[in-house]
Amino acid sequence: MERRKFIRNTSAGMVAGAALWSNCALANGIFTGPKLEPGTKKITILHTNDTHSHIEPISGGRNDGRGGVARRAAIINKVRSENPNTLLLDCGDIFQGTPYFNFYGGELEIKLMSMMGYDAATIGNHDFDNSIEGLYKQLPHADFDFVISNYDFSNTIMDGHTKPYKVMVKDGVRIGLFGVGIQLDGLVDPKMYKETVYNDPIEVAKDQIKTLRETEKCDLVICMSHLGYSYRVDRVSDLSLAAATSGIDLIIGGHTHTFLDAPEVVKNASGKDVMVNQVGCYGINLGRIDFYLKEGKIDKGVDVVYEI
Amino acid sequence: MKSSIYKRLGKAFLYLAFAKALLITTSCKSDYLQLTKVTSSQTHIDSTLQSVEQIENYIAPFKKSLDAQMDEQLSFNPVSMNKNDYKYNTPIGNMLATIVREQGEPIYTSRTGKSIDIVLLNHGGIRAGLPAGPVTMRRAYEIMPFDNEITIAELSGDQMNELINYLIDRKRAHPFDGMKIILNADDSINEITIQNQPLDKDRTYIVATNDYLYNGGDDMSFFKGAAMMKIDYKIRNAVIDYFKKVDTIKFERDNRFEVLD
Repeated sequence: MERRKFIRNTSAGMVAGAALWSNCALANGIFTGPKLEPGTKKITILHTNDTHSHIEPISGGRNDGRGGVARRAAIINKVRSENPNTLLLDCGDIFQGTPYFNFYGGELEIKLMSMMGYDAATIGNHDFDNSIEGLYKQLPHADFDFVISNYDFSNTIMDGHTKPYKVMVKDGVRIGLFGVGIQLDGLVDPKMYKETVYNDPIEVAKDQIKTLRETEKCDLVICMSHLGYSYRVDRVSDLSLAAATSGIDLIIGGHTHTFLDAPEVVKNASGKDVMVNQVGCYGINLGRIDFYLKEGKIDKGVDVVYEI
Repeated sequence: MKSSIYKRLGKAFLYLAFAKALLITTSCKSDYLQLTKVTSSQTHIDSTLQSVEQIENYIAPFKKSLDAQMDEQLSFNPVSMNKNDYKYNTPIGNMLATIVREQGEPIYTSRTGKSIDIVLLNHGGIRAGLPAGPVTMRRAYEIMPFDNEITIAELSGDQMNELINYLIDRKRAHPFDGMKIILNADDSINEITIQNQPLDKDRTYIVATNDYLYNGGDDMSFFKGAAMMKIDYKIRNAVIDYFKKVDTIKFERDNRFEVLD
């Protein structure tokens, strides 16, 4: 009931509320946050998805005046200046959607992501729209890693140019990232993705989690997904992946252009909580998740507080 | 501290979930690090944010070059056209159907030796009108923002019959070319011809469409199972190429699809 109330209130004054929220948040120092207690570490995750070549703010239509890379950069810079232990991630479909892609083939999109300091991105179906060669061609402009775990590029030009997972260490916290992409067959012309092999995201995710937790000894595991938030039909999605696995702290997603008022917290296969989020499309929103970790012995049965 | 700030923000922006969780039990190292709290927020990117100048300056030359190409005059359109100008067929729809045939057929014929019987597109796929005045590449992008490709399917007589029934049933100005559908006021058929011939259920018809419709978009299920080929030609590019070669755009509503009084 509380949640329904929350959703209604937010959508009632969508635009006014939007401005109010960011302004209040800034004024009240939510982005800065209160001083951390000694022994507490704070990791900030910023994320986008389905930006679809939207470089300039949107002109016309229901999202008129929203988005814009130069504005997104401003909030990213601000968050980073407040917490250097920040990761910036994208969940795919960087390409396609404005003439910038048709004219420059995605070069500007990737260059701007590098300038904004993206740490990693996963691959969406539209990132094959200029074929796998078109994606490969833009890799030299990327100062960040493409992390994708369930596409086997062995027989393609992309072989060796993506990572199945990536570990980043911030303030001593080991953060494991892995990426899952959507089934390309039926969605993308095979002559575009060539011999890219799609592997089952859930099985692959289980392997990646095991590696990140056990071998890489990660404190946080984040899944970057382009599977889609959820489906009415029986198809793997962020919510079904969350329910079928154990050991993921956060799934950030894309593909379905899902606008959420707040992330969902759902139960994983072990009955533990996993947060799932997605921030619509076209760079209209920037998502933010803050993880607070405390140094000390594991106290089994401790409450993790979700403020969303 | 944090929670008091949240309280001040009010319930409207808050959803607190307290969840019992055994965290990081699978991690070896994390004897020393334990997740205690997760918070979230979302920033709407809008004009309240001050753009980073360095980024804007970097975009500027790309934008300038793009705008110059997008706004160059390719053709001239004397009369404004919109997809809802008329009920059963429209100048802009007839233009798009003509363009697909005129630009696509030479390529298809050179590759297969066959000709196109009809063109069928969808009313919903026309995303903008074409105003009177100079015609630019930007207009082509507005009309066809999607990257749909010309797709040529071979339909059986039965599938062709389904296609015609679909058009009669929907009574929308779905753009088509090479066919005539005249209905009486009581919906009975007055005349149906394909390339000036009645429907022959025993022959195969070559239908040029786009990949979205071929794959069943807009409930056009009659394409299901039909052999198809693509000619590596996006519809928008066909429109741009047509604009480039024609000085003045001139299309009218006609009687290819009408319901008699």
